[in-house]
Amino acid sequence: MIAHHLPVIIVLVPLFGALLSALTKRGAVAWGIALIATVLTLAATIGLLGHVLHDGVISYEIGGWAPPIGIEYRVDMANALVILIVATIATVIMPYARVSVAKELAADQQAWFYTMYMLCVAGLIGIAVTGDAFNAFVFLEVSSLATYTMIALGQSRRSLLSAYQYLIMGTIGATFYIIGIGLLLTITGTLNFVDLAARIAVTPYDRAMLTALAFITVGIGLKLALFPLHVWLPNAYARAPSTGTALLASTATKVAVYLLIRVYFNVFGISNIVGDVPVLELLLVLSIAAMFFASFVAVFEKNVKRLLAYSSVAQVGYMILGLSMATSTALTGTLVHLANHAMMKGAAFLAIGAVSYQLGSVSLERMKGIGRVMPVTMGCFVVAGLSLIGVPGTVGFISKYYLVVAAFEKGWWWLAFMIVASSLIAVFYVGRVVEVAWFAEPSKEAAKLKEAPLSLLLPTVALAAACVFFGVDASLTAGLAEAAANALFGGSL
Amino acid sequence: MNGGIFPEGNTVMALTLIVPLIGAVLIPLFRAKPNMRETVTLITAGVLFDLVVILADKVLKGGVPSLPPLEVFAGLEIKFEIEPLGMIFALVASTLWIVNSIYSIGYMRGNNEPRQTPFYICFAVAIFATLGIAFAANLFTLFLFYEVLTLSTYPLVTHKANDDAKKAGRVYLVLLLATSMLLLLPAIIWTGALAGTLDFVPGGILAGKVSPAMMGVLLFLFVYGIGKAAVMPVHFWLPAAMVAPTPVSALLHAVAVVKAGVFSVVKIVVYVFGVDALREAGTGDWLAYVAGFTVIVASLVALRQDNLKKRLAFSTISQLSYVVLATAILTPISLVGAAMHIAAHAVSKITLFFAAGSIYTAAHLTEVSQLNGIGRRMPWTMTAFAIGALSMIGLPPTAGFLGKWFMLTGAVETSQWVPVGVIVLSTLLNAAYFLPIIYNAFFKAPPKPDKHHPAHGEAPWPIVLALTATATGTVLLFFFPGVPLTLAKMMMGLN
Amino acid sequence: MEVIQPILAHFNHWITIFLLVAGLYVVVARGNMIKKLIGLSLFQTSVYLLYISPGKIFGGTAPIIDDKIEVYSNPLPHVLILTAIVVGVATLALGLGLVVRINEVYGTIEEDEIFTQEDDEE
Repeated sequence: MIAHHLPVIIVLVPLFGALLSALTKRGAVAWGIALIATVLTLAATIGLLGHVLHDGVISYEIGGWAPPIGIEYRVDMANALVILIVATIATVIMPYARVSVAKELAADQQAWFYTMYMLCVAGLIGIAVTGDAFNAFVFLEVSSLATYTMIALGQSRRSLLSAYQYLIMGTIGATFYIIGIGLLLTITGTLNFVDLAARIAVTPYDRAMLTALAFITVGIGLKLALFPLHVWLPNAYARAPSTGTALLASTATKVAVYLLIRVYFNVFGISNIVGDVPVLELLLVLSIAAMFFASFVAVFEKNVKRLLAYSSVAQVGYMILGLSMATSTALTGTLVHLANHAMMKGAAFLAIGAVSYQLGSVSLERMKGIGRVMPVTMGCFVVAGLSLIGVPGTVGFISKYYLVVAAFEKGWWWLAFMIVASSLIAVFYVGRVVEVAWFAEPSKEAAKLKEAPLSLLLPTVALAAACVFFGVDASLTAGLAEAAANALFGGSL
Repeated sequence: MNGGIFPEGNTVMALTLIVPLIGAVLIPLFRAKPNMRETVTLITAGVLFDLVVILADKVLKGGVPSLPPLEVFAGLEIKFEIEPLGMIFALVASTLWIVNSIYSIGYMRGNNEPRQTPFYICFAVAIFATLGIAFAANLFTLFLFYEVLTLSTYPLVTHKANDDAKKAGRVYLVLLLATSMLLLLPAIIWTGALAGTLDFVPGGILAGKVSPAMMGVLLFLFVYGIGKAAVMPVHFWLPAAMVAPTPVSALLHAVAVVKAGVFSVVKIVVYVFGVDALREAGTGDWLAYVAGFTVIVASLVALRQDNLKKRLAFSTISQLSYVVLATAILTPISLVGAAMHIAAHAVSKITLFFAAGSIYTAAHLTEVSQLNGIGRRMPWTMTAFAIGALSMIGLPPTAGFLGKWFMLTGAVETSQWVPVGVIVLSTLLNAAYFLPIIYNAFFKAPPKPDKHHPAHGEAPWPIVLALTATATGTVLLFFFPGVPLTLAKMMMGLN
Repeated sequence: MEVIQPILAHFNHWITIFLLVAGLYVVVARGNMIKKLIGLSLFQTSVYLLYISPGKIFGGTAPIIDDKIEVYSNPLPHVLILTAIVVGVATLALGLGLVVRINEVYGTIEEDEIFTQEDDEE
């Protein structure tokens, strides 16, 4: 019986968790609730994944109303993968959150942080699980509002500023999305993804449709920080509490990428989009620009959190690149990179968060020699950095391999070279941190420090180990991604 | 099978790969007790050597030890299988690791180097990567361990952690990573797309599947993608890497890393392109010119280097291109020469570096011009140096003669006069930059000891022991080339 | 008349577009954080119109089933926009809350003044 309701359980559990922890005043209690909620969500997600693998697509009617009138939750390989990423990361970070949040946030704010944490998780999972365009908007806003608040809880007063700026940008993005959906509603009279797809297939691809596509693309583009709509991201990531940054960096943009893929492949149908307006070509150019430009900026960044944030913008470029190539291999690359990037950025931000915890700063200047006093933490950072570069034996290589193969399959060998060339820029920004952390004598204050506490280390090491494990044996991640890509291409929503 | 206590070749092979890693894990556990730590290194090296010898025995008897492939994802496998060339490489690396470990102990302690524990860890990982390269059964596995080797040696190059070391480390890392990612990786993926497989197969996997022009393009990508082979103009990293402590330069930048480069080139030419296929395509001829150019120019540059290690580095660049040149001659006998030269150059060049490090440890001298009369104070060191130098020039009775002999035979048989000319000319150049050092060391009067250069004797005994061993090896290999020669001939099917 | 006809026929969309652009302009052009939020609200309001106005069918009535009536207006947009309004209100409330906090720590809500303070700090 419960098994049948899994698609809605994975949203409801964190949602009620958020409610409960909002009622408590004590951070420790709220943490306990959050831990239980995330673990339950993860368990339910794994169960759900098993169902999808076994039975294929699962459709769930909210309130018993059949689609297209009622809201449908629909789980296939693609969103099962995304939900798994969100639920796993949210759970893995939990041990880390306890110590880190207790240090970074005032006692009366901690319960709120966990409330926002779980609201954000609920929203992100909701976006992924729903089969309804408007419902996706609502969850988008749930997760966004929670995110703004989470950022505002950061230590410096600039956190407030970043949260405000992100609120403005994010709301514009969400509104653009809903304008696009509104236009589609006017044209087709439905909001259900499957129904939309069926009706769009028999509707002429006219200007109204193109306008809707444009609004949706820009709207989601803002959310996933597609270059040049990324300006909100570095500040937001740099100034949120460390735990929040790790969660956001590993999950938020991924879910937005997923939504874009869903709209492109299953609602409009990728063959429709290949029309007279070069939408995919445009995305291709923007993603290449992101890969190079954002990486370059990262090289000269002095704050390591911001450095990683710019790296995220570049990595989003790879994901959109795979989408814009619009082949099954390329899309597999994108989907597997969703998972891989979650691991590597998660590990990197957790490691830097641990440095921030011990040192109180993440500026390169003050991180001199930190690798010698915190070898495990910075070792994890190095592993994550190698993944960002795409060294074989790490997850980054797997993603890049798929993308390069896809480029060769299309005969675009120049693109293959651009992919590897851009990933080399990562050598410079990762290398700068490594040089400072390992090859400089620790400053007096740094020399007194010790390795981060175990609860911070464990999640960091776990994610770093995942970077290597899934880089050597990618049959699980790549297998899921490939199945998902095939499902998306088959159009079998 | 009569493999002693390990009946299965596969088990031995798995152990061979794992043992250095076990060493890398155990070393930090004994960081507080340097003696225990060094014992771990030595035991690891010893066990590894035994295992490799057992494997060599099997390969010589015609066995092909392999491990079950590990699938990364559909179509991409990590796969190990030993063929004769890889066996030569593994033998060379594991033998010299023992000697080098003894030497390291003397050198690192003699010079009071800091951070010795990470040093030994990275060293063990580098050896692991070297064995991975040697045993790789497909291009992906080769690439994987190639990068592991680059990354694990980077901390060794930057060991001193001063500005010079950091700068050199940047050149080292960026050049090696950039070439491998920009050229080697696309070449591998392209090959996979064209050939439908990444496996190493005798006779090549590209034969008959791609146009001659395409072969030329791929060969270009491979040769320059393998920056470790140091074919000009991607050789800058090697002189830069000389900032590392001498044991690193000795084992890694005379043996493991650079040999991994030329080994990969030979392996790819033999098992991916196919010697016959490449010769028929005719689009690989440029390689002989490029390699010949590197041989000559690097020798000329070496002539002008006053820093001893830099001179040795350029000599290495030149000698590496011998191997590439021998490969480019594209006859079975020249490829036997290439394989022999990998072994011969390894044992000779490590001797030379050991000597350089010995001089640095005992006398704190680094420049060639300071070495007048040093042979009288350090007779063991300089005798070993002389033997190594003779081998570089290619004079019997040293190992260096063998490789050159086969190369010349191959070139003459097929009337390729350019390689012949290059080899002859470079032999003269080699003599020009090595013989004066030996002459000055033994026959010029040493400077009077002063405050900065106090009188000194030989280096600590582990150093002397190590360099005597390798110098002896250089001579012995000339008289008893059996094992590597048989393996090299097996590779080309000449037995 | 033929020229004006199509424009008039879609006058609701013209109003939508005007509100949308005006709202966005305020967000971009104003440095005062409250005014930015007002612009943002205006921008969101345009969407309400975009959804609701096509839902009205001339001659249709409220969608309460009755034998005498054959034409109903579409109720779905109203429901959606109720939700959207709630979301909009929540966003505005959070935004205003942030502005209050910003005013507390920076002593101003003018963006340029805040940036000057930040520059001084760095």
